[in-house]
Amino acid sequence: MHGLINKALQTFLCDSFGRATWDDVLARAGLRHRLDPDGFEAMNIYDDRWTQEILAAAGETLRRPQESLLEDLGTYLVSSERMENLRRLLRFGGVTFTDFLYSLDELQGRSALAVPDLDMPVLSISCTAEDSFALTCGPGWPGLGHVMLGVLRAMADDYGVLAVLDHCDTQGCTCPTGDRTCFEIITIRVHDPAHQAARQFDLATELL
Amino acid sequence: MDGDLRPSGFTLTPDALGRLMPVFLSLDASCRLAEAGPTLAKLLGPAAMGKRIDEVFFLRHSPREVTRAALLRRPSLLLTLRASPHTTFKGVPVPVAGNGGVLINLSFGVGLREAVRDHGLSAADFAGTDLAIELLYLFEAKTAVMGELRRMADRLKTAKARAEIQAYTDPLTGLGNRRAMEDALARLLAAGTGFTLLHADLDFFKQVNDTMGHAAGDHVLRATAAILRNAVRAGDSVSRVGGDEFVLLIAGATSAASLVRLGRDIFGKMARPITFAGRNCPVAMSIGAAIVPAGRPIRGDTALARADVALYASKHSGRSRLTLWVSDSETRELVAGPQQRATERRQSR
Repeated sequence: MHGLINKALQTFLCDSFGRATWDDVLARAGLRHRLDPDGFEAMNIYDDRWTQEILAAAGETLRRPQESLLEDLGTYLVSSERMENLRRLLRFGGVTFTDFLYSLDELQGRSALAVPDLDMPVLSISCTAEDSFALTCGPGWPGLGHVMLGVLRAMADDYGVLAVLDHCDTQGCTCPTGDRTCFEIITIRVHDPAHQAARQFDLATELL
Repeated sequence: MDGDLRPSGFTLTPDALGRLMPVFLSLDASCRLAEAGPTLAKLLGPAAMGKRIDEVFFLRHSPREVTRAALLRRPSLLLTLRASPHTTFKGVPVPVAGNGGVLINLSFGVGLREAVRDHGLSAADFAGTDLAIELLYLFEAKTAVMGELRRMADRLKTAKARAEIQAYTDPLTGLGNRRAMEDALARLLAAGTGFTLLHADLDFFKQVNDTMGHAAGDHVLRATAAILRNAVRAGDSVSRVGGDEFVLLIAGATSAASLVRLGRDIFGKMARPITFAGRNCPVAMSIGAAIVPAGRPIRGDTALARADVALYASKHSGRSRLTLWVSDSETRELVAGPQQRATERRQSR
């Protein structure tokens, strides 16, 4: 798994639960002496199993299901001030929440332009009825659906939209326990496109 | 123009349109391909013209029936070539006044690099105002810079690892230094699995150094280091912690019997003369040992102090001995080495 993903997981756990918890998680995952004291390097590639082991250890340490931790990670990626850059990249997707949903089709391609070895699964959005959508997360990152659930919830807030979201695994699949061939599907119903004020977004940034 | 009452608008020839938008696609009222910009025409080939748009492209997010109204309902379209190499385009459809057709301006979107590779495109295939070439430039530059940064990170990582090894190594013997010993000791104590600490000290080393020179002294230290290193398993820690002092940390070896075997092995090898420039360097070794049982945690300096007490007892009772710390008031001599005779020989000289 790419260092960027592992680093995001590390930053989320450290920011939300403290450095001591992160150390406990590493010890429980058996990675304390295998990882540099500074943790993951954003530009390195790590064994996929490490990510799974850290997630499992975090679930045990915090006594929480991995699914709910992954969803919180997704929310953190959008709403934490530290991750403002990522929120901006997602807001590039469109002026409205619906535009943003359609832009998810291109997220994998855009991420590959920026970081060619990220290996992000393909996301695909389809409109199932008026104001109803389904997001399909391709295989490769087990649990991505739960992260995307948190991302979408936070992005709906960001756009000031009231949306109801649900995560459903495809039939007979036991995500996120490691079936790498599994697709995850999120259903999205947009109830009120102008539920509250959207957060400020401006395409331009300060030029250096 | 003043006074002109004709409806305002433009009339462009397909050639002019193609210069502005080399990847445009125009459909007639029944959604069949009527005209294509020069770049798109090159990609599609003449056979595609006249076919329905959904015969040539797979349209994402489109209703089952592709009609002019359905195409125009969406602000943007995603179209994928049905034929290989399945290039994907982004398109913006607008109605064409007059003939009831649809004009779609296409772009390669995030698939730009693949499209350029698959179709052998060049700058001439893009509109002069298109940022595609700038994007390709940016991508290549970013990839080059990222590769350079990654190589730099690798170099720093290698340098860091080397510095760490140096910081933990005694350059003369290649054994660990005091810091390496302290770390190994802390790890063993943290693991709580029990271990034996041996503190070894060379006797008469100062005399060798003083009478035969530092080169001879260094040679003795290297020879001794090799004997100690070979006496234990690869996973055990051997460190030179002072001028002629060594510490061995043996994980799990917590019986007196195994210590006796180890002591005999070391003393047996130390009994062979160490020669430098054809001359014998007469040294001996005294060892003190402390066993730290599993699950009975003590401090690292306590373990070292116990081995020191035993080492002192070895020296006190005539050197070339291995003595075990038993309690604060008791030590037990486990091995008396054969080198005692060599020492006596040296002293009688």
